[in-house]
Amino acid sequence: MHALQRIREYGLSQRQLAVVLLVPALFTILAIAIYPLTQTFWLSLQDYNLKFVAQRRFVGLGNYLKLLGDEHFREALKHTLFFTVVSVGMEFVIGLAVALTIHRPFWGRGLVRAAVLVPWAIPTVISARMWEWMWNDQFGVINDVLLRLHLISESQAWLGKPATAMWAIIVTDVWKTTPFMALLLLAGLQVIPEDLYESAMIDGAGAWQRFWHVTLPLLRPAILVAIIFRTLDAFRVFDVVYVLTGGASNTETLVVLNQRVLFSFLEFGYGSAISTAIFIIIFFFSAMYMRILGLELEVK
Amino acid sequence: MTRRRRVRASTLLFYLWVIAYVVVSIFPLYWAINTSLKTHTEIIAWPPTWFPHNLTWENYRATFTEHAFGRNIVNSLIVAGGTTVLALLLGSLAAYALARLRFPGKLAVMGLILMTSMFPSIAIVSPLFILLRKLQWLNTFQGLIVPYTSFALPLTIWILTSFFHEIPYELEEAALVDGATPFQALRLVILPLAAPGLVTAGLLVFIAAWNEFLFALNFTLDNSTRTVPVAIALFSRQFEVPWGELNAASVVVTLPLVLLVLIFQRRIIAGLTAGAVKG
Repeated sequence: MHALQRIREYGLSQRQLAVVLLVPALFTILAIAIYPLTQTFWLSLQDYNLKFVAQRRFVGLGNYLKLLGDEHFREALKHTLFFTVVSVGMEFVIGLAVALTIHRPFWGRGLVRAAVLVPWAIPTVISARMWEWMWNDQFGVINDVLLRLHLISESQAWLGKPATAMWAIIVTDVWKTTPFMALLLLAGLQVIPEDLYESAMIDGAGAWQRFWHVTLPLLRPAILVAIIFRTLDAFRVFDVVYVLTGGASNTETLVVLNQRVLFSFLEFGYGSAISTAIFIIIFFFSAMYMRILGLELEVK
Repeated sequence: MTRRRRVRASTLLFYLWVIAYVVVSIFPLYWAINTSLKTHTEIIAWPPTWFPHNLTWENYRATFTEHAFGRNIVNSLIVAGGTTVLALLLGSLAAYALARLRFPGKLAVMGLILMTSMFPSIAIVSPLFILLRKLQWLNTFQGLIVPYTSFALPLTIWILTSFFHEIPYELEEAALVDGATPFQALRLVILPLAAPGLVTAGLLVFIAAWNEFLFALNFTLDNSTRTVPVAIALFSRQFEVPWGELNAASVVVTLPLVLLVLIFQRRIIAGLTAGAVKG
């Protein structure tokens, strides 16, 4: 009570103090995130090219109709979905293996845990350029290794061919983001009570049974969070694609297409319609995510 | 005997997997270092050499003289540093209110903050570009710092609120009883105790700002404000990619970051997973 009195003597009620403290942060968020979002929608209703500002006009939902018939958009959506599903799937499997590995003590664990973090620490653009050099068709070490292992008979232009370019991007992304997945899953493993394993062992459960009947069910919430986090992230992939192919060889994703329409063609009306579409898809994902997690909590 | 042999075989297999994973994790960084120390002739030799035969620092020299990469590092330090300071300042005030004060609409505020954390930055890049142009903030540091802060605030507030929650209220009360104003209590009692939280949030904000690419690519126009990722991404758009210099530049900015992450391993892991586990 003394504290509250002091605040009152200072001339502010708790409520007023809260307003004073919150306004700077909330104003920034409102001004630089929420308000622009409404502006994106407003722009999406216009035919507006930055090169021809005078011809700016209101077209209603015209841009969205154009979007539905746009082959580039459909292709980009396909590439994005493929990238998201495959890369998140691979990250999950490898990430779970890594999390299980570093969860239990073993000789050299500290070193391994440090090494696992290395890809996470490297900025995406930089890791993409390191891999671009490794994927290089003429001097790349990946061709060298695969030739030595007799897995290929001649050097391949991995990033230049539609058959392999998206896979090269996926491998690069999986390398970069698996650590994050592993860390989220590791955090989930660490809250599973140890005595559950002990009683399972007393009941004669083998390692595989313990994994299947104890670890996996209890890890479910962490798995959900990790997969949803990564899905939201993978869906807006930009950096790695921009660097590795620039969207060529059938790899253009939604955000890469959006960037091209906005800043190469300066089509700010149509580009904003693409942005809005991406936002709506991600918003839908997020809402589903909240729902699933909410249901999980209720079940608990 | 057989049981023992089986245990040995599984141990062997386990270490094989561990070693394979560690090698793959650090190999690209090794390869960048390897390439950065080679001469141009050796870089374009086939098959590639697995360690430099004629070790040279020439690529590092060229990176800083011919490409003025030092400018990009300074730009990134200004932008990421400015973002960190601003986000921690605004974030700690808001987090204090959310953790300590009772006021109506708290849930709505937290919901709004959580919602913004899921925002894809592409969703606002077009109006932001127009706004920054109007303010003549394109190609300026504040043109990046302010948007970055807005994107960093949700995470900052989230982490700091949970740290503030764990500081015993009695300590603060005692300070208030002794005649401190609420702001003094925040500055002299809470902030020092919340230092680990500030370090965690600060590190994550700094790293995110240091890595950001989409805004940096579109809101900077020349080398006077271009940050490291933009410079690295555009390194090659001339006639051929200067692989030696590019790898040298990559190594220069990556090694300190890797070191930083390894030093603060525990903090970063805790900060990254805090939201997920509690959520």
